[in-house]
Amino acid sequence: MLIIKDLQASIEDKQILKGVNLTVKPGEVHAIMGPNGSGKSTLSAVLTGNPAYTVTGGSVEFYGKDLLALSPEDRAHEGLFLSFQYPVEIPGVSMVNFMRTAMNEKRKYFGQEPLSAADFLKIMREKRSIVQLDNKLASRAVNEGFSGGEKKRNEIFQMAMLEPRLSILDETDSGLDIDALRIVASGVNTLKSKDNATIVITHYQRLLDYIKPDFVHVLYKGRIVMSAGPELALELEEKGYDWIKEQVDAQQ
Amino acid sequence: MNALKQYIDLYDECRTLIEQQSPALLNTLREHAREKLETARLPRKGCEDYEATDLEAVFAHDYGVNINRLPFDADPGETFHCDVPNMSTCLYYSSNDAFHSSATAERNIGQVVVEPFSMAAVDHPELMNAHYGRLASLDNPTTALNSLLVQDGLLIYVPDGVAAERPIQLVNIFNAALDMMVQRRLLIVVGKNASVKILACDHTQSPDYNYLNNQVIEIVAMQGSTIDFYDMEESTPKTHRVSSIYVDQHEGSNVLIDGITLVNGFTRNNYHVEVNGEHAETQLLGMTIASGEQHVDSHTFISHNAPRCHSNEMFKYVLNDNAVGAFAGKILVKSNCPRVEAYQGNRNLCGSPTAKMYTKPQLEIYTDDVMCSHGSAVGQLDEDALFYMRTRGIGIDEARRLLMQAFVADVIDGVRLDALKDRLHYLVEKRFAGTLSNCAGCMQACRPNNK
Repeated sequence: MLIIKDLQASIEDKQILKGVNLTVKPGEVHAIMGPNGSGKSTLSAVLTGNPAYTVTGGSVEFYGKDLLALSPEDRAHEGLFLSFQYPVEIPGVSMVNFMRTAMNEKRKYFGQEPLSAADFLKIMREKRSIVQLDNKLASRAVNEGFSGGEKKRNEIFQMAMLEPRLSILDETDSGLDIDALRIVASGVNTLKSKDNATIVITHYQRLLDYIKPDFVHVLYKGRIVMSAGPELALELEEKGYDWIKEQVDAQQ
Repeated sequence: MNALKQYIDLYDECRTLIEQQSPALLNTLREHAREKLETARLPRKGCEDYEATDLEAVFAHDYGVNINRLPFDADPGETFHCDVPNMSTCLYYSSNDAFHSSATAERNIGQVVVEPFSMAAVDHPELMNAHYGRLASLDNPTTALNSLLVQDGLLIYVPDGVAAERPIQLVNIFNAALDMMVQRRLLIVVGKNASVKILACDHTQSPDYNYLNNQVIEIVAMQGSTIDFYDMEESTPKTHRVSSIYVDQHEGSNVLIDGITLVNGFTRNNYHVEVNGEHAETQLLGMTIASGEQHVDSHTFISHNAPRCHSNEMFKYVLNDNAVGAFAGKILVKSNCPRVEAYQGNRNLCGSPTAKMYTKPQLEIYTDDVMCSHGSAVGQLDEDALFYMRTRGIGIDEARRLLMQAFVADVIDGVRLDALKDRLHYLVEKRFAGTLSNCAGCMQACRPNNK
């Protein structure tokens, strides 16, 4: 579904991604790990179309479409979703209004009629239960005054509502206690199917105990320098990144 | 050049006619107003408190003035229809500056008096004599000009202890087929422990003509009274308005004034509040949504003349395209007024690089032991929030609209009239979506069955 070829990107003239290659197929879970500053969050920002970043080379194909040519909203309609590392607070915009607008914009994109209020609330009720999101949170402004755990659960709730084909979870485990981590992970697993895929960006093996990856990649200095099965995450947990860094730096 | 001169000349020429067509009480102020205007000048852009606003230019235009009091149309309620839910208000119309007879037919709802000055001068002479022109300062040239030329007005009087059951709604309509200037005038007197909610809507029927409304509103809040005054403008790009509201608050009174500009051409709103009694509360709110070449300037002055009073002021502007906004607010706490709490805020959103906002918050305090604050900010839409919404599939235009709506939501929530609050949320949504028609903005109950 996703084919990334030699992707290069910069922010304010600073080159961050220096040629990323990655292919994701339906049903797969990919974990991307790597030391701080290696470009993990940049990769998710570039894939979702954050205007702060400039793509300087390479291509991204998503279900045969040129992803980089699409606006962020159209990428969402095509089935791309990003769970933010730092979900943004939007005072004054209620969760209900936000979600209804998002879902109806997608329906409009596919030429469908907007959802009725009753249908929408029914879906919302169903999906809320997946991450045990309190009804009171759903009636408040987007992320405003939410705790760290609530914000992350809210991200997965939105993912459940929008039913993306490819979800990128950017450090969804950061700031979560064990219980919240379990709820979030089980939410992600519930939503998993043979038709959708997940990219998990994380620093720690811990999350991967709950969300089992099929592939683990190491991103370092703007490139994927190592790819392997889930055992690589365990090895990294034990040995850290230094041995990979040495290996890569020696090659250069 | 002196734009005032043409009006003084007009007065000198037509004095007899003006006086004949007015209640005698209104004639008592004219000479004094004329004296003041003799030496006055209208402020030009750059004058103190007029950093962005040129009144001289606005008044220099050659407007028609209806000194002969010719009637304009048969019944504004007949010709000015709109699709709005029933607000259950007691409804009154003014067409240009004349109150229509059918509109005043249901005067005296319960014990509440709503009458044109021409009637009120006969029915309530003592009240009119005691309060007409008492608050409005002739040192302000536009107020003096209103006092010089005004020929009628509307009295809203709520006697002691009376709670007006239904809100009173006054729909002001410009509909003349020529460029025209009017002197609208309101006197609101609310007795001891009485309460009332008032909604004034300004509309313009013909978008092709230049209009100028130079209005003066005097509000007297007696001991323990509660007054809500909502002043909404939804006019046209060629409609100009200079509004001066004067408020006198007695002990324990609670006054809310909310100025709302959805669509206009040029607007200058002056608010002058004298808090004269202990434990009085003042809420002064403002919301402006401006685009195109709209110009909205608010000037507020709250004087705390008694201890233990509380005022809260919040003005929000959303400016797009080439719109210009201005806010200058001053809070004065006089000496020997301990325990006053006064807060002032002005928050502004510039949605385009060419929109301009001028803001000047001021505090002047002569008593220790008070709590006062002021704050002012001008900013753009939050880029992170915009991107977050876009990743959820909300298009950039829709995302901008949602954020702009959210920005003004708390000012709308300050409205203490539920039907109006709901209506405003709806109107603001339509305003940002660019689908607000002239008629949709009106809150008349003229077609109550129409949703």
